[in-house]
Amino acid sequence: MTPVLQVEGLVKQYGGRPVLRGIDLAVAEHEVVALIGASGSGKSTLLRCIDLLEEIDDGRILLDGVDVSDPRAATRRRRNRPGGAVAAQKSMAIVFQAFNLFPHMTALENVALAPRVVHGLAAGAADERALELLSRVGLADLADAHPDRLSGGQQQRVAIARALAVQPRLLLLDEITSALDPELVGEVLAIVRDVARSGATILMATHEMGFAKQVADRVCFLDGGVLLEEGPPEQVLGEPREERTRQFLARIIAAGRLG
Amino acid sequence: MIKDVPLSPLAAERAAFRRSRARRSTAVAFVSTLVFAVALWWAVTSAPGWPRVQATFFDPARAWESLPAVLEGLWLNIRVLVVAELGVLVVGLVVAVLRTLRGPVFFPVRALATAYVDLFRGIPVLIALYLIGYGVPALRLQGVPNDVVVLGTCALILTYSAYVAEVFRAGIESVHPSQRAAARSLGLSHGQALRLVILPQAVRNVLPPLLNDFVALQKDVGLISVLGAVDAIRAAQIEQARSFNFTPYVVAALLFVLLSVPTGRIADAVAARGNRRRSGR
Repeated sequence: MTPVLQVEGLVKQYGGRPVLRGIDLAVAEHEVVALIGASGSGKSTLLRCIDLLEEIDDGRILLDGVDVSDPRAATRRRRNRPGGAVAAQKSMAIVFQAFNLFPHMTALENVALAPRVVHGLAAGAADERALELLSRVGLADLADAHPDRLSGGQQQRVAIARALAVQPRLLLLDEITSALDPELVGEVLAIVRDVARSGATILMATHEMGFAKQVADRVCFLDGGVLLEEGPPEQVLGEPREERTRQFLARIIAAGRLG
Repeated sequence: MIKDVPLSPLAAERAAFRRSRARRSTAVAFVSTLVFAVALWWAVTSAPGWPRVQATFFDPARAWESLPAVLEGLWLNIRVLVVAELGVLVVGLVVAVLRTLRGPVFFPVRALATAYVDLFRGIPVLIALYLIGYGVPALRLQGVPNDVVVLGTCALILTYSAYVAEVFRAGIESVHPSQRAAARSLGLSHGQALRLVILPQAVRNVLPPLLNDFVALQKDVGLISVLGAVDAIRAAQIEQARSFNFTPYVVAALLFVLLSVPTGRIADAVAARGNRRRSGR
């Protein structure tokens, strides 16, 4: 079966400085893949490239077998057709580290926006779906609150609901608990666990090794823009083959983050 | 002060001290204002030419006489103002959006918008009024109005839109790029992201400077008098020519001040609300 996502030889540079040096990665349907690695190893850049928020310098990104990184997929004529760049963005959703909720909209409006204006749902149906998702993340009673009235954990739960509202083929999570106070991390991870169990296809960058161990089917270790090691979580996190992976995990354990 | 919690003697003593300091500050401010006002009044009225100035600029009878004509002129100013403000909002926003378009395809549009802003921010308002008010009718084009009020309004819209476009552009650029990324990642098109996500935040961010530009426009609508439109200033000039007394100008000035004060207060209130919102209350 064709994987949902295939990344082949992905290279990304910022001002001549390579951040990703040829990444090969595939994510199958219903698979949960965790990207781990030190800050600056390229995890976020990889996710942003996959979500077509950054232009890539080399390689290909295939979504359901179709190359969506081809510049021809971004032309006015093709971008909205199946396999086009905008169509691809519609079938993916990303949750950012800094939430990036729209501050001038209520929680409900944030979640209902894309279903309404991108996927053409009637306002009533979009609100209904949004409310359903907000209750799934436990925030139905705060549907009319603006983001500045919500805690970090609540904001990130709204952001997850907003991402799920477009019913994505692929859900990208970019260190979604890194900006949260420790006591708020649990409420967000519980929702991701629930989403993962429901059969979603997820690629997540994370520093929560314990969570990766529980939820991920596969863990990929990114180091200096190279995918150094990948495998089942018990192997990569338990008996890593690479020296760099061992060093990274030792630092994490020293910081008390391997639950 | 927290209700239901009795103040300790320490806190009560400190609160009394703060109250007494506040009373003293108020008294000092009151006295210094009074002294300053009296000194200013004395300096002006004791000037050798004061009786003459009083008779020429501050004649109550002449003021009362000229009021109806000046008020009628002001009504024209108000109508021009409303049209000009709406026009400035639309043109300014369009120019600002054009200037933010990316990509080589939009280079001519972007260059045109930039040239327009450079030109009309640089031209003194008076010269813009002359050029459009007298120059355009001289072209004798079919279907182009040659009413000085219409042309004067156009000149004001063109001049102020250049300023307001820059205010809007600053607002658009003040919205963090992550907002656009969030909108794009949800599949919103460039236009949808701009209209639904970027602009609402941009406008909110620049509301105080925007209102400031409107206060400036409010008094500059008086400049259409140079084209011969009978507005408040022109009406005052006609009255002045009849009686050789400048009091009608002072009447017009007072009316313009009265007109601008509410807008100024609205601008203050909006700014204060913005501050409260940012400080999370």
